[in-house]
Amino acid sequence: MSIKRPAYSRLVKELRSGRFVLTGELEPEKVTSLDEIIASARAMKPYVTAANVTDNPLAFAYMNSLVPSYIVQKEVGLETVYQMTIRDRNRLALVSDVLAASYLDIKNILAISGDHTVLGDNRGAQSVYDIDSAQFVYLLHKMVDEGRDIAGNEIHGKMELNVGIAANPNADPLEPEVLKIGRKTKLGADFIQTQTVFDIDIIKTFLKEVEKYNCPVLVGIFPLKSFGIADFFDKNIPGVHVPPDLLEMMKKAKDEPNKERKYQLYDEVNMKFFTPFIKEIKKTTKAAGIHVMAVLYERIFEPLLKETM
Amino acid sequence: MIITKQKEEKEISEMLEPFKKIFIVGCGSCATSCQTGGEDQVAAMKEKLGAKVVGTAVVEEPCDLRLDRRDLKANKDVIKGADAVMVMSCGSGVQTVGEYTNKIVLPALDTLFIGETERLGKFKEMCRACGECVLDETGGICPVTRCAKGIMNGPCGGQVKGKCEVGKYENDCAWVLIWKNLKEQGRLDLFTTFRPPRDNSKRTLTTKIEPG
Repeated sequence: MSIKRPAYSRLVKELRSGRFVLTGELEPEKVTSLDEIIASARAMKPYVTAANVTDNPLAFAYMNSLVPSYIVQKEVGLETVYQMTIRDRNRLALVSDVLAASYLDIKNILAISGDHTVLGDNRGAQSVYDIDSAQFVYLLHKMVDEGRDIAGNEIHGKMELNVGIAANPNADPLEPEVLKIGRKTKLGADFIQTQTVFDIDIIKTFLKEVEKYNCPVLVGIFPLKSFGIADFFDKNIPGVHVPPDLLEMMKKAKDEPNKERKYQLYDEVNMKFFTPFIKEIKKTTKAAGIHVMAVLYERIFEPLLKETM
Repeated sequence: MIITKQKEEKEISEMLEPFKKIFIVGCGSCATSCQTGGEDQVAAMKEKLGAKVVGTAVVEEPCDLRLDRRDLKANKDVIKGADAVMVMSCGSGVQTVGEYTNKIVLPALDTLFIGETERLGKFKEMCRACGECVLDETGGICPVTRCAKGIMNGPCGGQVKGKCEVGKYENDCAWVLIWKNLKEQGRLDLFTTFRPPRDNSKRTLTTKIEPG
């Protein structure tokens, strides 16, 4: 049972057209204004087909991601991928939010489990996990393709949404991760976005393994805006390590006293690492595109894409 | 077995503060095996609390109303005269003793989980009493208990080298264990099978079982 639903979103249309697609990432934080998100979306708009809006990443309690997903589409005209974790919502809340997203003309939902609350900024919080991310993909299939929720209750009106799933190419062992992706694609995933990868061999192996599922994969990359971010990432993201030489180059750039020059150096380091990385992915793999997680680092899009696209 | 641990001394003394006469009830079953509420621990508690203690008894299984009736019968009057009964058992035992004695009950232990005893003092959580056992499909590993997210279609993205992101990569990822076992058993089809959402109403409604 593999579900093939129409391409409702621009993102899925482009993925199915065979064009090499880029997506970006927006991260609403503990804020009461969306000015920064809107500015960020405007800056990346010329380069990406859609932008993900993160949902309490690393289990930090941030602004609800549906509102910026809607506002960015409305104000900036950039399609969004509304990320939804099952960590913070039971099946009632999921249905409610998906209905609301549909009304707000959201066309993509990324169904993810979300980092556990004990890793976040409210460690005593109760994680929900009423259903898991595969079951959420199943719920979305029921809602979009059959007009019902999991309990079989009818939805009044039509929903036109595409469904994305996340994958971790760094998983070790990889086989259970690959089998899990197979399970989810059968339930109705329209695209896959991966966790950040820094190792070209890891992503090549992964792409080969999931090729059989015939679901477009956007490879996650994380350009490093500063040494601080690189260091945090290296220490805190499960299974992801910034290569030591890249970390070292970032550290050297950090010591540059002139601010302007420092930023320039950071950009140079990123270009040096990611240009051949993206070129290699484009040239030698069947990746459908790149998911560029350059949060608040939009200035890297232009030079990076000039060199690689 | 139900695994318990004794509360901190400070918490116990604060709990006992308002009471002058205490009767202590121990557990001859799980809390004896855990060394948290058996004969030895009851005697040690009696010594620690000194004159406050008006009597002690170890019930074979304080969570069994019939055994409370049988084992506390001889102490009926002493218990009646006490201000409160301190119970050194799991929460189920504390409540059952409360039901039988009709006294204020004080828990001396914290109830942790249903688990396996690896060796004396070393326990591992194994069961969450979810009311929908799937161990036949999951290679004998319980995802409800041993996966930090309790997911039914794992693994999630938080496993690194088979260890779970929750608990600083010290615990095994339940879904990697499930995959290993099913693979060894030649039953990987069970791993790839999609498991639909659980019926949580079963857990909510199973609060009582009546005979027949």
